[in-house]
Amino acid sequence: MASFKPTKIQVYPKLGEKVTQDTLYWKNYKAPVQIKEFGAITSIDFSPVAPHNFAVTAFTRIHIYGPFSQEPVKTLTRFKDTAYCGRFRSDGQLLVAGCEDSVVRLFDVSGKAALRMFRGHTKAVHVTDFTSDRYQILTGSDDYTCRLWDIPNATELNSYREHTDYVRCGVTSKLNRDLFITGSYDHTLKLFDARADKSVMTMDHGQPVESLLLYPSEGLLVSAGGRHVKVWDLLKGGQPLVSMKNHHKTVTCLCLSSNGQRLLSASLDRHVKVYNTTNYKVVHNFDYAASILSLALAPNDESIVAGMTNSILSIKHRKSPEESAEVSGQQRRTPSYRVFVKGKNYAPKQDDYLVSKPVKQHLAKYDKQLRTFNVSNSLDTALATWTRLRKPEITVAVIKELDRRGTLKNALAGRDEQWLARLLNFLIGNLVDPRFAAVLAPAAEMILDVYRRVVGQSPLVDRQLLRLQELLEREIDYQQDLLEVLGMLDTLFASSLPRLEVPHPGTSRANGLGAVTSKKR
Amino acid sequence: MVEHGDIRVVHRGGSKINSREPVVTNDSRFLLCASGERVKVFSTSTEECVHDLRGHTDLVTGVLLRPTNHLQVYSCSVDGTVRLWDFTDGILIKVQLDYCSVCVTCSWLMFDIVCMCVCAELFQLVAVHLPQSGDQLVEAQELSAVLSNVSSNPAATGFGRGVRAPPLRSPNAPPGAITYPKTDSPHLLTTQRKGGKNTLMCIACHPKDDCIATGHEDGKIRLWRNFNHKKEYTYTTLHWHHNAVSSLRFTPEGTNLLSGGLESVLVQWRYNQESERDFLPRLGSAITHIAVSPDGTLFCTSHSDNKITIIQSCVKVSAVIQGLVNGESVRTDLMVDPRSKSLVLNGKPGHLQFYSLQRDKLLYNLDIVQQEYIHELGLQQFEVVKVAFDAPGNWMATVEERKPKAAEPEINLKLWAFDEQTQSFVLNTTVSAPHEAQITSMCFSQAADGQTSMLVSASEDGHFKAWQLPRSAYEGPSWSCDFVGDYRGLAPQCCCFSADGSLLAVSFQEVVTVWSPASWELLTTLSQPPKAIRDLCFGRLGCSKYLMGTTASNLLCCWNLLTCSLEWSTSMDVSLLLSDPLTENMAAFCCQAESTDLFVFKPSEPRPVASLKAVCSGKVTRAVFAPREEMLESCEESSQWLNRSQLYFLTQHMLFIDDSVAMTPFYLLLGKHRKQENQDSLTRLSAELMPLPRGSLAIKELLQSPAHVLPSTSVLCSMFVESLLVSVADGSEESKHAEEEMESEKEEEDSEGEMESRTPRPEPASPGLQSAESAAPALTKAQLKELRRVKKLDHGWLADLLLS
Repeated sequence: MASFKPTKIQVYPKLGEKVTQDTLYWKNYKAPVQIKEFGAITSIDFSPVAPHNFAVTAFTRIHIYGPFSQEPVKTLTRFKDTAYCGRFRSDGQLLVAGCEDSVVRLFDVSGKAALRMFRGHTKAVHVTDFTSDRYQILTGSDDYTCRLWDIPNATELNSYREHTDYVRCGVTSKLNRDLFITGSYDHTLKLFDARADKSVMTMDHGQPVESLLLYPSEGLLVSAGGRHVKVWDLLKGGQPLVSMKNHHKTVTCLCLSSNGQRLLSASLDRHVKVYNTTNYKVVHNFDYAASILSLALAPNDESIVAGMTNSILSIKHRKSPEESAEVSGQQRRTPSYRVFVKGKNYAPKQDDYLVSKPVKQHLAKYDKQLRTFNVSNSLDTALATWTRLRKPEITVAVIKELDRRGTLKNALAGRDEQWLARLLNFLIGNLVDPRFAAVLAPAAEMILDVYRRVVGQSPLVDRQLLRLQELLEREIDYQQDLLEVLGMLDTLFASSLPRLEVPHPGTSRANGLGAVTSKKR
Repeated sequence: MVEHGDIRVVHRGGSKINSREPVVTNDSRFLLCASGERVKVFSTSTEECVHDLRGHTDLVTGVLLRPTNHLQVYSCSVDGTVRLWDFTDGILIKVQLDYCSVCVTCSWLMFDIVCMCVCAELFQLVAVHLPQSGDQLVEAQELSAVLSNVSSNPAATGFGRGVRAPPLRSPNAPPGAITYPKTDSPHLLTTQRKGGKNTLMCIACHPKDDCIATGHEDGKIRLWRNFNHKKEYTYTTLHWHHNAVSSLRFTPEGTNLLSGGLESVLVQWRYNQESERDFLPRLGSAITHIAVSPDGTLFCTSHSDNKITIIQSCVKVSAVIQGLVNGESVRTDLMVDPRSKSLVLNGKPGHLQFYSLQRDKLLYNLDIVQQEYIHELGLQQFEVVKVAFDAPGNWMATVEERKPKAAEPEINLKLWAFDEQTQSFVLNTTVSAPHEAQITSMCFSQAADGQTSMLVSASEDGHFKAWQLPRSAYEGPSWSCDFVGDYRGLAPQCCCFSADGSLLAVSFQEVVTVWSPASWELLTTLSQPPKAIRDLCFGRLGCSKYLMGTTASNLLCCWNLLTCSLEWSTSMDVSLLLSDPLTENMAAFCCQAESTDLFVFKPSEPRPVASLKAVCSGKVTRAVFAPREEMLESCEESSQWLNRSQLYFLTQHMLFIDDSVAMTPFYLLLGKHRKQENQDSLTRLSAELMPLPRGSLAIKELLQSPAHVLPSTSVLCSMFVESLLVSVADGSEESKHAEEEMESEKEEEDSEGEMESRTPRPEPASPGLQSAESAAPALTKAQLKELRRVKKLDHGWLADLLLS
């Protein structure tokens, strides 16, 4: 005697992105902390030393935040105009920043006033950085020049006037104190050697360059400008390696995850894309509320900080292992749980004699009613409000099962106005869903057949029937349009495919019967 | 003993066990049922087949316990004989021949009076008195017709409590008429007719009261009383079944009435309190017969899916005896599961059955559809229509189909992975609506590496699709569509992969297209107008460059794929073409004039390897090559093709008029290769070549025959041991010679054992013995003496056996 087989609820494939290891990794962050700054946030830099504070440059201030505080631990306000590009030195003691008033200021992180002021640029300085020997500063400015400064003397060491437009990004080598790279709005990237007077390598990005990033090995250089992100191989003389075009607005910022396996790019289109650095495919995507100007990752990817044009700073902290386990595990246990589970988790020992008890088959309510052939009641159960709204697949599965049993008409017939209105409501909501259409369309026809005679008696039902009709007409129009598009695409594909000639055998038989049409889907 | 080595067709099994109601023995330990030409004895507790009572030459139509000796059972058959068996030992006691000219379709036995329906043109109820005599072969002479014009349905005839007054009914009379022979003269009661749907289906008589229960086609049960008085009978109606009541039975005490029908629910009605009912639902499929053990503890229901269920006191199903389910038609091809080497075909509705060919036993049923089966007439159900296995047996693909009236067909493609732990198939992927129309053919790629599995399905919607298992690291692998191909909008009919999986042939009407599965390029097209291709098959092993096809215009074509040209073609009406996966051979069944011929050939050779004329009557619908467990080593050319595999085929018998009793036509083609033994060449060599199978057969015979007919063990044992001793003691001979002697000794003994156990021949020396003697002239006198002594010993008890 077999037991009752419950109604099979069709599992529909989840639309949207697939769950991958990357998705799990990048989703494992808490809800963002949002802090309002005074203006657009142009730069975020993490301190390389232990507490890993980060400097946020916005409007005329630089705020330094601690890793977990939501209040700035330090504020640097001695700017006459908009500040740009606050950067920490590799020991975390000094911080340099450019300014709209063309003066570059050097601060002690613990102090308030500027230690040094570097004057010499004639226009706003957007790029500042320390060289790897810690004693020099690289700056790039809107006056098309980039300069090297000596920190102890506050004197200019060298000036390079090779760019023909604003210099808006630059990066110094961490391995060699003499090498640095700048990117400019004249579409070029230039590699300079401080020992030489001229640039030693020039690469053409094709768009105004907004951001630069050197790999830790410094063999590869990533540049962002326009909608493109390009990777260059420096060891092969600046040969372009990959060009990625995944954003639909200008890419503003680049950064690398702590293990160097993932590259992140932020853009004005409000997205952050995560690339795999082996094949440069997008593996994940974040959305933000506004255009992103700056992005930084804390060491070990502990937090993701993004600054936006609407002057909001968004900080996302990584979940601790307990927290992430708590979400996937069960909810808090009520005290009655312990009573309920008492003795059930007892594991039999070696010599124990096991008395097995038949496992009671649990059936859903509609299945119990189906088992006893209560078809109308089972349809009622399946159309209960919660099921109907939250799990329409259950309702559809029960309708399908009734149809299979040939009793759907019996279940539908003999209902009152309220019930019919509810069912029609469900149909209007789900009929055009491609997952359910195959089941619901015959059911809708059956309803019309059953209640044909009473049409016109109830204004409520009539209104819904009219809505249903409207819906169907609209759907038919859509289908028509789609078919037209499909036809257009087919002609395009057919013309782009090379015409294959079937090899004609050397016999006289009529074997080569002509051309082939095949398409790979 | 001498058998010519040729190939013969053997009926292998899968007979119906539900054609007649089963019989439970008095001690409730055994269950007897008619199964094809045999009577099978099952144990009610272990479900094992204990004995197989063979002897009838045609369908067995009735089984009944002998009322005077509850260890004996009568059986009757269409061959016109009634046989008496001892079912505990499984031996035939008596044969009663009667009425050889007409066939007995069913029988009831009452106190050694056999009543049977006899069919010439019309059915008659005949009483036969079995003469009491000691002979084994008895011709029954006393026949008396009780009633003519009886229904062919055996359930519509029943016996009441009076021995001399069996109430009977004649259904060819107007519906709703009951005949009740009081004393010896039948007398007719007519009921009023209500509508036309109250045709009588079955009848049961109360064992103690004067009450008859009748089951009707409209699902009603009527209880008749007071039929002793003329025209004053009364009846009450019980109604629960919504379809026809197919079986009714009172329990031995008469307290309960059991009824069953299409709903597959066993209903138990209390006698005289009919409002109280007990149900035992979901017994699997429609109930055809109900039987109750004499002590009332066990109920047996036979079902339409060739199954007998044993139920303990209407509460619990204690055992299920399942035969090969043979529905109206096997929609799936016959398949051999590469792992269990079992035959796979449609079973219960929505199930696949795995059937062991070696043991003629159902291994298990696999639920494919996984839906509650609704027992209702005229309801369109899901049916499994296609099955395919991949070469190592890791994957199985099934297609199920339901065709609702006035709606599009529902098709599901399911892929099952073999689970090593549970040793069964587990559902991996369900593809709903893989094609828009019926799937015509489906096959797995047979790539030997077993890493990349590919499934190709062809459908009438004009496309064929390739399904692949992408290697994804996340959330387990599942199958997805890889390629959709079509050719000029034609509907593909068959598809076939080459042996190495590098080529795919798909036939579109009269055109065969050859594709490369690696790049999905159309490589070439082959065609043989004017008619459509019916069957496609690639050659194997050495012949893998050939592609065989049959067309609807009775052509068998062979294309060479290297030259892309027709190699040869011949005109024959091939109904079925299949290739042996282990050899190069292919088998073609040709249907000609009501009988089927079989040709076995290699695509590379013009002459067939073997041809068998008229292997069976009727058309062969399905066939399969099943690999043998161990390879045979036959050197004879005509049977060599059966060395590695056996050919099984399934036919639809057209000769039987009555479908319900048609024997399940399940045959095996079995290669026999025995050396023809020549009386002249009784040399030492032939003695050496004396085949071992014969010896083992004799030993088997010896071991199988009941112990009480054998001589005492001490006699046999001492003889055996002494013979061994003598041969070793005879050390002067060469060692090789001694070995030969050993063999001949054994031969001698075996043949003797055989002789003792079954052939009471008057002559003391059988040819086998002579041969052995002449083969071993070096027998010592002591040995000869010993042998004679043994022979003398034997005669005494043999004579006893003959006399008894």
